[in-house]
Amino acid sequence: MKKEFEVISQIIKNNKRVLDVGCGDGTLMEYLKNNQQNDVRGLEPQKEFVQKCISKGLSVIEGDAEKELSQFQEKSFDYVVLSQTLQAFFNPEEVLNHLLRIGKQTIVSIPNFGYWKVRLHLLFKGTMPITKNLPNEWYNTPNLHMCTIKDFVNFCNKKNIKIDKSMCLTNEKISEITSKNMGSKNIFSQLGIFLIE
Amino acid sequence: MPGLAGLFFCLIMNSELKNIKKLIVDKSLELDCGKIIKNFPVAYETYGTLNKNKDNAILAFHALTGDQFCTNINPITKREGWWKTAVGPEKAIDTNKYFVICANVIGGCMGSYGPKETNPATNKLFGTTFPVITIRDMVKAQKYLIDHLGIKKLLAIIGGSMGGMQVLQFAALYPDMSYSAIPIACSASHSAQNIALNELGRQAIMADPNWKKENASPDKGLAVARMAAHITYLSKKSLEEKFGRKLQDKESLKFSFDADFQIESYLRYQGSSFVDRFDANSYLYITRAMDYFDLEKQFKGKLSLAFKNTKSKFCVISFSSDWLYPTIENKEIVIALNTCGANVGFVEINSDKGHDSFLLDVPEFLKTVREFLNSTYNEIKK
Repeated sequence: MKKEFEVISQIIKNNKRVLDVGCGDGTLMEYLKNNQQNDVRGLEPQKEFVQKCISKGLSVIEGDAEKELSQFQEKSFDYVVLSQTLQAFFNPEEVLNHLLRIGKQTIVSIPNFGYWKVRLHLLFKGTMPITKNLPNEWYNTPNLHMCTIKDFVNFCNKKNIKIDKSMCLTNEKISEITSKNMGSKNIFSQLGIFLIE
Repeated sequence: MPGLAGLFFCLIMNSELKNIKKLIVDKSLELDCGKIIKNFPVAYETYGTLNKNKDNAILAFHALTGDQFCTNINPITKREGWWKTAVGPEKAIDTNKYFVICANVIGGCMGSYGPKETNPATNKLFGTTFPVITIRDMVKAQKYLIDHLGIKKLLAIIGGSMGGMQVLQFAALYPDMSYSAIPIACSASHSAQNIALNELGRQAIMADPNWKKENASPDKGLAVARMAAHITYLSKKSLEEKFGRKLQDKESLKFSFDADFQIESYLRYQGSSFVDRFDANSYLYITRAMDYFDLEKQFKGKLSLAFKNTKSKFCVISFSSDWLYPTIENKEIVIALNTCGANVGFVEINSDKGHDSFLLDVPEFLKTVREFLNSTYNEIKK
C-alpha cells in the first residue's frame, strides 16, 4: 500500500463508517475493512475498478462524484476520503461542499503544484510541468484545477472550513504542516493530506 | 388438424406436470386483490445440495416467461433451462457449492397456482377467472417454500427483469432473510413505457378469436405478443449486427408479405415456438403483475423506506444497452438504498445485447455475479 494510504488509514479510527470517493481498485477500502473493521463504501467512475472492488466483496457504486454525491445523506459517514482527485473535477468547490456535508470529517489529499520541481520545470523549461505525480501532458491531463498546499489552506480559511490536521509527504516521509513551516513545505512536499470538517 | 395436435400436446404436458416437485401450501395467503387462497401449489426445482448449516441456499427468481427449470434440460419442454449460462456446476452460480432454489411464480404455467390449473371449486380450468396476482403475492408464495425447506436465511436472492423486481420485493418484505441481494436489469416501479409494451402484448392475445373459446388457445395472439416483446429484449445494435437487412433464403425481395427478411423469419420463429411452452392467460396475468409493481408506492412514495430495515448486502447490476430497464431505473434503486444507508454496490455492464444480456453469455456480468457471491459466502464463513 502506498505511503499516502498509510497516512490516511492512520487518521481513520477503527469501527467507523468510511466513504472512499474515487476508490480505484479498492486498496485503501480493503485495508480499512480488514485491519480497522471500518464499514466502507466506495464511489468510482471506472467500470473495471468497480468490478474489481465488487469481486473483493467491497460495496462500490459506479458513478461520477460530480453527479452522485447528492444521494448521500448528511453526516451519514464518519469519514469521507478523496485521494488526489479534487483537481480533476469541473467544480471542485461543489464536490468539496458535498464531502463536508456527507462526512463528519473529510480527508482530502492533493498533489502539490508548488513542489520545487514543478516550479523549476515551468521556470526553466517554459512548458507545463511533468513530474512523477503529474505524469500527463497539458493536452491529456485529467487535472483541471491544480493547486498548491498553500492554495488549499487559504481556500479552507476563506470558506471557514476547519482544518483538524494538515500533513504532507516529502519524498515518502510524513510530516506536519504548521503555519511556520508552510512556506518550505509548499516547496518541498509532493503531496498534502488534510483532515477537514 | 393443428387443434387436436395441440390438445394432445396439452394432455402430455399435464401428465408430466404431475411429476414435477410441488409444495402444496396449506396456509392461507391473502392476495393483494383481497382474495384469500389456501392449499395452492408452488412448483419448484432445486440444484446442488443444501449444506448442514443451511447457509448456502440461493433463491433465483424467474422473469416473465421463465419457470422453475433454470438450468439443465427442462423435463416438460425438453429445452435448456433459461439461465443455463449462469446456473450449474462451476458456473457463476455454482451448483457444486450452492443450493439453488427456483420456483414457478404463482400465475405461471409450469405447475404453480395459475390460470392453467383446475379450480377445485368448479372443476374447470381457472382461465380468466383466476384472481389478478401481484409481484408481492408471488414473493409471499415463495417464502412458504423457503420455510418448508427449513432455510432460515438465504445466502442470496437473485433475479433479472421481473426476477429482479421479486428480489426487491423479497428484500422489502423480509429484511433479514438473505445475506445478499442481486437485482439485475430491473426497476422498482414499472415505467409507462413498460406498461404500454405489456398492454400491446395483452391486446394481441385478447384480439385472437380463440382467446375466449373453450379448448382452444390464442396461439396467434400469443405469438404476436412474444414477437413484440422479443424486440424489446434486444438492442438496435444487436439486431443490426445479427440480421441487418439480410434476406431469408432468397436472393431478392419477393414483393409479398412473406418473411423476406431474416429478422421477420426469426421473430416468427420466436413467436411460434413460444406458444408451445407458454399459456396465454399466464402471459396476461404475469404482465399485469409487472405493471402493478410499484415498490415506491407501497412505501408511501419513498422508495428508501422499502429498504429501511434491510440487512442484505446489495449488488445492483444493469446493462448499457438495455432500453427496457435502463441503467437510470436501476440507479434509482441504488440511490434509495444509499439514502437509507444500506450496503450497496452497483455496476453497469457494457454489453450491446440489450435487456436479454442477463440471460446470455456476457462474461463481465457472469464474473461479477460469481465473485460477488463468492465474497458474500466467504464473509459469512468467517
